[in-house]
Amino acid sequence: MSRPIVSDFRLLAAAGLLSLFGVAMVYSAGQTDTPTAVAHAYKSQIVWLLIGMGFAYAVTRSSVRFIEWMTVPLYLFSMFLLALTLVVGKGAGTAAGTKSWLAIGSHRIGQPSEIAKVTVVLMLAKVLSGRRESARSLLDLWKPALIVGIPWAIIMLQPDLGTGIVFIGIFFAMLYWSGVAWPLLLLIASPAISLILSFSVGLWGAWFFILLALVLWYRPFLIEGIVLMVLNVATGVIAPIMWEKLAPYQQNRLKTFLDPTADVRGSGYHVIQSKVAIGSGGLLGQGYTLGTQKRLAFLPEQHTDFIFSVVGEELGFIGVAIALSLFLWLFLRITRVAERANDSYSSLAAFGLMSGWFVHVLVNVGMTLNLMPITGIPLPFFSYGGSFMLASWVAVGVLMRISGEGRGSALSLRGY
Amino acid sequence: MSFHPNDVARRARMSSLALVLGFLFLMGAFFKTQVIQNRQYVMQSEENRLRPIPLPAPRGIIYDRHGEVIAENLPAYSVSITAPNVDSLRAALSELASTLQLDQYQINAAIRRYRRAPTRPTVVLPDASIDIVSVLEEHRLDFPRLIIQSVPKRYYPDGPMVASFVGYTGEITESDLNDPKYASYKPGQGIGKAGLEKQYEAILHGKEGVRFDEVDARGRPVRGGGPRPDLNAEGAPPLYTNIDLDLQKFMVGIFADSLQGGAVAIDPSTGEVLALYSAPSWDPNKFTGGIPADYYKQLLDDKRRPLVNKAIQGRYPPGSTFKLATSVIALKDGLVGLKEHMPVPCTGGLQYGSRYFRCWEKKGHGSLDLEGAIKHSCDVYFYQLGLKVGLSRMIAGGISLTMRDKSGIDLPEENQPFWPYAVDYYNKKYGRNWSNAETLNLAIGQGANSQTVVNMAKLYSTLATQGQGSRPEIAHLVPQRKQIYSLSREQDSVLLEGMKAVLEAGGTAGASAIQGLTLAGKTGTAQNSGGADHGWFVGFAPADHPRIVVAVLLEFGLHGSRAAHIASAIIGHYLKVGPIKAVMDEG
Repeated sequence: MSRPIVSDFRLLAAAGLLSLFGVAMVYSAGQTDTPTAVAHAYKSQIVWLLIGMGFAYAVTRSSVRFIEWMTVPLYLFSMFLLALTLVVGKGAGTAAGTKSWLAIGSHRIGQPSEIAKVTVVLMLAKVLSGRRESARSLLDLWKPALIVGIPWAIIMLQPDLGTGIVFIGIFFAMLYWSGVAWPLLLLIASPAISLILSFSVGLWGAWFFILLALVLWYRPFLIEGIVLMVLNVATGVIAPIMWEKLAPYQQNRLKTFLDPTADVRGSGYHVIQSKVAIGSGGLLGQGYTLGTQKRLAFLPEQHTDFIFSVVGEELGFIGVAIALSLFLWLFLRITRVAERANDSYSSLAAFGLMSGWFVHVLVNVGMTLNLMPITGIPLPFFSYGGSFMLASWVAVGVLMRISGEGRGSALSLRGY
Repeated sequence: MSFHPNDVARRARMSSLALVLGFLFLMGAFFKTQVIQNRQYVMQSEENRLRPIPLPAPRGIIYDRHGEVIAENLPAYSVSITAPNVDSLRAALSELASTLQLDQYQINAAIRRYRRAPTRPTVVLPDASIDIVSVLEEHRLDFPRLIIQSVPKRYYPDGPMVASFVGYTGEITESDLNDPKYASYKPGQGIGKAGLEKQYEAILHGKEGVRFDEVDARGRPVRGGGPRPDLNAEGAPPLYTNIDLDLQKFMVGIFADSLQGGAVAIDPSTGEVLALYSAPSWDPNKFTGGIPADYYKQLLDDKRRPLVNKAIQGRYPPGSTFKLATSVIALKDGLVGLKEHMPVPCTGGLQYGSRYFRCWEKKGHGSLDLEGAIKHSCDVYFYQLGLKVGLSRMIAGGISLTMRDKSGIDLPEENQPFWPYAVDYYNKKYGRNWSNAETLNLAIGQGANSQTVVNMAKLYSTLATQGQGSRPEIAHLVPQRKQIYSLSREQDSVLLEGMKAVLEAGGTAGASAIQGLTLAGKTGTAQNSGGADHGWFVGFAPADHPRIVVAVLLEFGLHGSRAAHIASAIIGHYLKVGPIKAVMDEG
């Protein structure tokens, strides 16, 4: 390296402030009128934060080239761990029926899917950066699709719908950043959109015409175009008919299969309590550690999935705005790092890590207000959980290094 | 890959725009909820809390093979209480103690339940009497956090008659709650504790529902709108069993109050358990909702040990009923001819080494072939047959006839029978200091051999079907069969003729014959060092196309002929033949 490596202190500050904010909220989550095990959660959260920062420091001392060189083995190792969960995986908490944890005996070690979120981004970055041109047809995308598809399939078998959504988000974001044209991205996503819109004939019909126009305008390869349209018809027309034919208990089973973490029987209650907690927070909140819904144990999973409800109840709209602004600041900063990165691998890796976090924030925070389905994915830097804290800080380390090696170096980056 | 700086800058602008829009959307949603709709949510938070009240699900009904009810649910009342913390719960309980007639044990139990699940209403009385309920209803306003619920309560119409296999239910214990198998269970919930109730807990346990009561901040129920995502409890599907309740009751009646022991009736072609009883029994209805201490003490103090299931748990030397097993082992290996006589005729005993081994018949049987030896249960014949087989082949043969395995009946309490694992067993037990006398003992069903009644029933259902072993099953499942042994047609028929002869004039159970029905079976006497001998009979009928196998063990029954009376009465009742002579007049 001829150029001096300069630390990106703003990125570090954003991640650090978010983590401190998060630990403070995990502490508050444990302050209930009837003490439970959650009261001690903040201690191990601090330990994990320190371990994560240690890892992050180690990563910043290596080079991006070394990280790129390590990408394939790391990816394969994380896939091995992930596959292991199917054989020996354990559930936890409200998702006791799933298999996302690795455990020795009854002692849970960690969730390999959290590690996989980082390694899949690095692997995608490596494969996409190796191409000379952006993908023009669907067939060009088989490699990246496989890289995401394998862990996605394993995670859906665990099953863990929320994490599956994160992988899909990362996949599309990174394809976009690699220069794949948006009409092609829309075409890839179209069967899923058909499925979602299939509950309404009108909406689906309208979508089908838009799709038709898109195909005529973008002109993909003929066979691909035909296959896509057939797929859309299949998912949009046949799926609802099949669904109707199922008995209610079968429909419920399918829903539960797709997402046991949602706890179909209890989820309505969770969301109502979460909205009440947030809504009663008002502008300034009820005061740190003083939220009544949380204290009286009306708020479920207050230290993990619904930790943002505690922010809303206790710190009010001001607290929410500060937390969301910190996230936005971090994400814009990372986008800038991706823009100024030295090479396409670094750029894609940075953008991919950011997009993964963004999906987490959007789905988790949206869930607390019932804007998103309950899928049980954690809020980065906030939700209690060792693996995710560790993985997030390793990602911070990678981003710091990429930023340090980037063009013009971090010091000259103005704004944000 | 298009990483021209202009392209990247454009994508970065678009991404930043998407990020900003995404966050503005979220902030807008929070602004609307927290600032604009704040008043509405503050009201809900302070005045309108939803209190979830669990609705217990009825357990699955258990039916017999003809649709008669073995276990059902009756309405009962439970009293529970909600409390914000332990101190408040203690205060409320001491205030209620006199009204609810609570003792210290019940108060401690309620506090334990609360500590496990503070957000659930804590069950104080799982089965409150109607007097208590009516008093509480009158003072409802004084105790706003009290919840009186109609809950299903387990009831067994035939009580003690079915206890031996149906088991009982009760509140889940602390140690069960720590078991990952019961991770979804909550304190205060019912659970199968024994028998079918425990074996099929996963099937019989319904899915708890939940009702959301709207309460104010002081826990008083309020009326009003708002979302109420109630969910009804889902009852469990029924469990259909192979039990013939009519036969079961007949079996119980024949044991009456005076006899003690165990009996099992099986359909040999499928392994379906038609009846199973251990006498004396106990009342499972008294066990539901906590076993009363005095009743439990009474059962524990009873010398007849009612809490030991004599059909599946008690282990007894099989005695002469085992001679059929010895015969199969010898025939299978071709060690004895069908008409072959043993070298020494029976003169009331056999001199072997320095010891004299007695036959049960002091007068002696003379020289017999296999069929005659089974008919008369001649010990001297079987001593010599055992010597021909030899100890190691004897042990291996017993293992292959599953004498070391549980029968596999679908009851969690079944004990494994005892049978040596190899000759090495004797080396371990006695050092080198044991004689071949052990072989003689094993051959007549004594020595290191003790079997459960159900395992002997399984052995004879194997004999009744020419070697087809069926797993005894109470619940109506798919029969599991396995070829345990196979003999030639002639060999099978000699065994059968021998067993038929047992119930003919001159046979050891000749007095238990039924007119118009051919029975086959074998009596046995289990030597009991601690008192009078136990009596065995295992048999089946009709002998040529068996439809029922019955095994009976009478504790302190001295000899198998009384057990044979009982078994033949059960068989006669099932096959609708009879009445038989001399069932009860001797007993």
